[in-house]
Amino acid sequence: MISVATVCGMGLGTSMMLAMQVRQVLTSLNVEGKVDPIDLGSFKSSPSDIVVTTRAMEPQVQGTSAEIVLIDNLVDREEIEGKIRIALEALGK
Amino acid sequence: MTSNDTFANFGARAHVDAADWREAIDVVGALLVEGGACTPEYVTAMAAGVEEFGAYIVVAPGVAIPHARPESGALIQGSAVITLSTPRDFGNPANDPVDTLIAFTAENKESHLESLQTIASLLGDDDAMASVRSAETNEELMAALQLAKNGDQS
Repeated sequence: MISVATVCGMGLGTSMMLAMQVRQVLTSLNVEGKVDPIDLGSFKSSPSDIVVTTRAMEPQVQGTSAEIVLIDNLVDREEIEGKIRIALEALGK
Repeated sequence: MTSNDTFANFGARAHVDAADWREAIDVVGALLVEGGACTPEYVTAMAAGVEEFGAYIVVAPGVAIPHARPESGALIQGSAVITLSTPRDFGNPANDPVDTLIAFTAENKESHLESLQTIASLLGDDDAMASVRSAETNEELMAALQLAKNGDQS
């Protein structure tokens, strides 16, 4: 079971859209995971294996030990799946 | 999937003129304010979010989803859509310039999930987005959005 935090500024728009996409990607990869949308204010106090956010938020998610996945296009399933796959491999999953 | 009556329920405007990203947010935000979806402070908060966190609301090529926290002045849940006559840069190198804005309000952190699902499936549907972008009148734009919304229920 891996844990994924999808992060955005307010925790209710971009992060929730990311969470929906990541859940579908994990299902299609047959990976069991817990995906939680979270806002920037609380993400540092909620450790996870993988942090998924948009490239625009890159400066705000530095300093975590989690694998960071930066997405450009939130509706491009191939981009999301490819990058999640790389993060899973980095974690040895 | 259940019906989603809150997608574009506060109107749509096609090919709006906006000088920059801020004016584009003001225009789509005005639809929400006029419809009673939120206070003017909510619109200010949508722009402040871009200033504070960067243009992360530009979620796909050409598309921004302005929003703010429920406590910033959201009154009724819903969304409004505009397309721009001239696309504008929001500061997101991968996805600029933006020609479509979908602004939404949420009453709490769960209430708008259906709207987000509709938005995600609309953005992932190239044909539907082509219809949205090519709509020249408000009526055409609303028709294109309704089609996407109904398609989401199947």
